[in-house]
Amino acid sequence: MKVGFFVPCYVDALAPEAAISSYELLRRFDIDVEYIEQVACCGLPLTDMGYDRKACAMERNLVKHFSGYDYVVIPSGICTDQVRNHLNAVEQTPEVKHIRETTHDIVDFLHDVLQVKSLPWARFPHKVALHNGCHSLRSLHQARPTELMIPDFSKTEALLKMVDGLEVAYATRRDECCGFGGTFSVWDASCSGQQGLDKVSDYERNGLKYVTSADFSCLLHQQCVARKFGVDIKTYYIAEILNGDAV
Amino acid sequence: MSQVNQVKLGAKFIADTPHRQSHDRCLWAARMRRDSVASHIPEWEEMRELASQIKKHTLTHLDEYLEMFERNLLANGVHVHWAETAEEHNRIVYEIFRTHGVKVVTKGKSMLMDECGMREYLDERGIDVYEADLGERIQQLDRQRPSHIVMPAIHKLRGDVARLFAEKLGSDPDIDDPTYLNSVMRRDMRKNYIKVDAGMNGVNFGIAETGGIVVCTNEGNADISANVPPLFVASMGIEKLIPRQSDLALFIRLLSRSALGLDITQYTSHYHGPREGQEMHLVIVDNGRSERLCAPYWEVLKCIRCGACMNTCPVFRRTSGLSYDAPYMGPIGIILEPSYDLHRYARLPYSCTHCGSCGDVCPVKMPIPEYVFYWRDTIVNSGQDEMIHRLEEDGMELVLRSASSLSKAEKLGLWALRSLPQGLLKSGLNPWAKWHANPEPPAETFRQYYARKRKEARKPDSNSQTPD
Repeated sequence: MKVGFFVPCYVDALAPEAAISSYELLRRFDIDVEYIEQVACCGLPLTDMGYDRKACAMERNLVKHFSGYDYVVIPSGICTDQVRNHLNAVEQTPEVKHIRETTHDIVDFLHDVLQVKSLPWARFPHKVALHNGCHSLRSLHQARPTELMIPDFSKTEALLKMVDGLEVAYATRRDECCGFGGTFSVWDASCSGQQGLDKVSDYERNGLKYVTSADFSCLLHQQCVARKFGVDIKTYYIAEILNGDAV
Repeated sequence: MSQVNQVKLGAKFIADTPHRQSHDRCLWAARMRRDSVASHIPEWEEMRELASQIKKHTLTHLDEYLEMFERNLLANGVHVHWAETAEEHNRIVYEIFRTHGVKVVTKGKSMLMDECGMREYLDERGIDVYEADLGERIQQLDRQRPSHIVMPAIHKLRGDVARLFAEKLGSDPDIDDPTYLNSVMRRDMRKNYIKVDAGMNGVNFGIAETGGIVVCTNEGNADISANVPPLFVASMGIEKLIPRQSDLALFIRLLSRSALGLDITQYTSHYHGPREGQEMHLVIVDNGRSERLCAPYWEVLKCIRCGACMNTCPVFRRTSGLSYDAPYMGPIGIILEPSYDLHRYARLPYSCTHCGSCGDVCPVKMPIPEYVFYWRDTIVNSGQDEMIHRLEEDGMELVLRSASSLSKAEKLGLWALRSLPQGLLKSGLNPWAKWHANPEPPAETFRQYYARKRKEARKPDSNSQTPD
């Protein structure tokens, strides 16, 4: 199985440890992992602001370098959503369709494709708040959003439960948006900030010190808000815990 | 008209902690009650799908159903009027009142009449309109729009209402007990009800096969408006139709559960024609709806105005409905208002984090999140340059540039993180800094890590892990 590994811009610049853990985690399995160096951005900020028709050149570059793999794995829920659901500026060739169908983030790749049953190397003996980012939840369908009256499931929680000693917990407002929203956090910094503060205060009231998510963008936002307002939390991208790197 | 800046208006509400917290908690509680009552209905998701299908069917056969509806209304003795625009609606209503010598009107809640600006229109022509819905009446006294389509005064605290009633109705400003405030309003409104010449109502559902209209309220205000005066005028958007009486139960089951987390509204009032000695009119309004029916976002016409999308919206809960400065607010507002006035409401579709919760709670499965993308794309490509320039001023330039030429922007960002003095980053130049500590710059990017590992792997004596 040939797997392309794409590191989104913001992860590369701000959370290389998330990418390193993801990369090393993937290399533990019997697959051929190749870093896709020639693509820096998935185009999300353009789609987000309404410029997606102008994203054609960028999407062409992405398609060129995402081709030739059985799967592409991205350590980021929002960027995976972008490739799967918003790669609309380029012509929808069979090649593009293949890319859209076979691009996964770490959680659904481990859970659905590799169907991982155990992570014997991973130990994290703590109570950890799981923040299911909105894109992971409602676009990648990694868990049941609380609004939907369908049978309960959570791929993310299933993976975390394989980690020795780890206890999964949630904020009281279990899957309320933390307010990052990509460009929203710049466009409407006050609302975004207030949402972030409400979220980290929710962890604090519940005595939750460790937070994990399949969306590093949410974690970056939450961590920076928490530091600004003196709320003591430590955030880990999910692969850091699943690979046994979180200490 | 000038462009609505929801972000700026919302920021004021966010800074007002007591109001923001109360607003957020009340609406989140409604969302939680909604989850709870919906979870007790095993077929909830099937109901949403069925409601969506019925609405889609009706909307795609709207001409037939509207004609059937009119035939049955006429047979029931109802006067039927057709209005293409808001202006025409107001003129028709005013003409009915003028020819009947009407001076005082009581009115149930109606989003359509708000949309048409009807109260102001009648006001200017010397007709007094008394809102019969408590929240709507509070907003009328305070000269504000409703801030929520189901809970019009939900942004106010009890103390605000006490002060308002003291000023307008002469009550004690220091008593904010709800029972007291209710009794003050009841006493005042009863005086008014006795002198009204006509009653008005909106319509929740029009039933094509019977010509009946249905209004759902929790205060019985629709029944006061419909049953007390000798003249009754209702207004209805063309999209409010459902085909059969037997379709109604589904929508009644969904409406109040979605709106407030209650099994049913206190009053579900059915009107099938005038009472003896009464005259009943129905104004059926287009006001852009048939244009929307042909647009890519046509499913906005499925909306049953429950407000569930507002209750769940994290932005709406923290900024309140008034910050949208429009008849419709929250998620439904940001996808509906640009279709009325693209320039004025060009910024609204950006008041969204893309969380997607609105689409999941919507009882008729409107694809609200999809339409937010549609509008952003439309706004950018329709030359709303003013806004885009402002976007760049707002610090968006880096984000946009980073998407088109990333490695440069990435380097720039890292350089800024490492080199710029904290003071500059914390200044107004960086809207993040008010709410965020700066991210800690990493020692090396993944790209650098990968290059280093590869280089180490090439050295024959290296024993480090080897990326291929």
